[in-house]
Amino acid sequence: MKTALFVPCYVDQFYPRVAIAALTVLERLGVNVDVPEGAACCGQPSANAGYARQGRSTLERFVDVYADYEKIIVLSGSCAVHVRLHAGEIIAHDRLAETAGIRVARRTTEFCAFLHDDVGVAALAGLGARFEERVAVHIGCHGLRGLGLAAPSELQIKPFDKVCAILSSVGGIELAELSRPDECCGFGGTFSVGEPDVSTKMGRDRLRDYRTHAATAVVSPDMSCLMHLDGLARRERLGVPMYHVAEVLAGTAGKA
Amino acid sequence: MSKRAFELPVLGQSAPVDHAGAAAVFNADVARTDWHDESLWFVREKRDRAAALVSDWEELRERASAIKEHALTHLDEYLTQFEASAIANGMHVHWALDADEHNRIVHGILEQAGAHKLVKSKSMLTEECGLNPYLEARGIDVVDSDLGERIVQLRKEGPSHIVLPAIHLKRGEVGETFHEFLGTPLGMDDPIALTRAAREHLRGKFLAADATLTGMNFAVAESGGFVVCTNEGNADLGMALAPIHIASVGIEKVIPRLEDLPVFLRLLARSGTGQAITSYTTHVHGPRDGQALHVILVDNGRTKQLAREEFWGSLKCIRCGACMNTCPVYRRSGGHSYGSTVPGPIGSVLTPGLDLERYASLPFASTLCGSCTAVCPVKIDLDGQLFRWRQHVTERGYSSSTKGLAIRTSVLLFDRPRLFRAVGALARLGQRIMPRAVVRFASGVWGRTREAPVPPRESFRTWYRRERPDGRRGVR
Repeated sequence: MKTALFVPCYVDQFYPRVAIAALTVLERLGVNVDVPEGAACCGQPSANAGYARQGRSTLERFVDVYADYEKIIVLSGSCAVHVRLHAGEIIAHDRLAETAGIRVARRTTEFCAFLHDDVGVAALAGLGARFEERVAVHIGCHGLRGLGLAAPSELQIKPFDKVCAILSSVGGIELAELSRPDECCGFGGTFSVGEPDVSTKMGRDRLRDYRTHAATAVVSPDMSCLMHLDGLARRERLGVPMYHVAEVLAGTAGKA
Repeated sequence: MSKRAFELPVLGQSAPVDHAGAAAVFNADVARTDWHDESLWFVREKRDRAAALVSDWEELRERASAIKEHALTHLDEYLTQFEASAIANGMHVHWALDADEHNRIVHGILEQAGAHKLVKSKSMLTEECGLNPYLEARGIDVVDSDLGERIVQLRKEGPSHIVLPAIHLKRGEVGETFHEFLGTPLGMDDPIALTRAAREHLRGKFLAADATLTGMNFAVAESGGFVVCTNEGNADLGMALAPIHIASVGIEKVIPRLEDLPVFLRLLARSGTGQAITSYTTHVHGPRDGQALHVILVDNGRTKQLAREEFWGSLKCIRCGACMNTCPVYRRSGGHSYGSTVPGPIGSVLTPGLDLERYASLPFASTLCGSCTAVCPVKIDLDGQLFRWRQHVTERGYSSSTKGLAIRTSVLLFDRPRLFRAVGALARLGQRIMPRAVVRFASGVWGRTREAPVPPRESFRTWYRRERPDGRRGVR
């Protein structure tokens, strides 16, 4: 199967360690991935800010670059949701492009979703990862409700949690129970600067929940949430390290 | 801050609502923000427990959504059917195109009967229409009889929540208000004592009323009856005593059949307050002997919203308030920060339809976390509609020019991968070599409360090109 890894713009620039970890994990699991060039972004930042029209060219570029892949693994739940929801609807200027957009939308998944659904949790034990921390997991709202990485607390459905299932394959790890496990962190893209007070308060409330439950590390499948939470935590010198799931699986978390 | 009187929005005449600004004022009192957040989260958790006890909860939501979608797409038929059945039941039926016509009809009914004292039960529609100030200016004594509504009415504020109108107030503040207006002892803040004082005060108002006004939770086309849900029985007391009963309802509240009702009644109170059912669920099928019963069907922008392909689903709303209780932004900014009768996620998709320029900030008062959509008993895709309103706000030029410039610049870079890499490398270098204070300043609003990410020496792309020289980069 022709598989691609998409490294979102901010991960490429600020968190190369996360992309390297993801690539390493996929390679060790025997998944051959391309990391094609030419699409730096999926277009979500503009669209969520109300500039979907201006961001259309960015999404078109994404569709063009990934059109021939059978599986597109996105290293962020939020970007993956954007592609899945909008690639099909925005690319509509000619019939052929529309088909490519719908195809790309359907074939787009996220790193943890791919590991859980396509590779299988059983294979992850073979990675031999160890992480001796008490971990607060933050799934991120788009991965949670948009991609179904776990059962959201609002829905009355059978509980499941793909991220925790993945992390349970890691030796030495302890998962902290939180008071509000799926409350939003308050990042929200441009929301973080458009509504700075509420955004900050939401983030600080998540950090307080982590402290209350004695978490020693925060792990998430979405670095955009962590960019915000980690920024708040470092400003307040809380000393809670934050990692992507891929870093934990690759055994590189905290070993920069 | 809580003392600040809430101004009722006057369409087309007021300055745009600045949600972020109002939220900043709200958040200045951290302890109070925490208290507000926790009060509403308590209700959200109560809702979760109540919903968990219903084995077919998700199926119920699906059914409720389908019934509402059917009703809304056949609204003309069901409204005229309701009108005919209601008239056959002995009700007078009026149609109001907008708030002003609604208010004139209410005043006309009161004037004709020589009524001067009106007791109302909770009706967000009359808040939306600005009925109280309209009637008061014409010499009518208007008393809101829902406890929360009465509290905010005495304080000359608007409700901050559609189900819990005084949720922004602490009991001490209620005590102060009652001391000022009802003469209760200074410093009395015991909830039971305060409720008793309110009851005594309101009993007199009920007994003296010339007319009563209620809302409707559901109007049933088939039977020509309607249902009013309350926890205080105040609507019932009003209806039982007053010689005139006016029931105002938004046209989206009509449902086809009596047998559709249980679907909604099972969802409404559980979603709103976590109760299995409201204390009073009153079915009205006609006037009492000697009573005049007037029904006013109000449009006030609803047919416009119905005509909007992207937003008509918002009219499925049954006003349970669950989206407010769950919204992490609402909980931390308070209902008044929205400057609209209906706050929270549903308010942010309904109100822009009335005046997009004035309410342009509301679709952005959200992280698009989607909790509202998941909690909504009638499955309104609230986060999707917020996203779509954002597009209309910027298309119409109501967004800030700084944000527009930032977005355009980022798109320019995203669409030029080589330039993106060059600029990224330069920016990271700058961030590494600049003093911390400079970086903090350059990171602007972000940097006020957060550190910027620690810039790595090289991007992933640079690493990948070097470390995986044979790697398939899929260059096209």
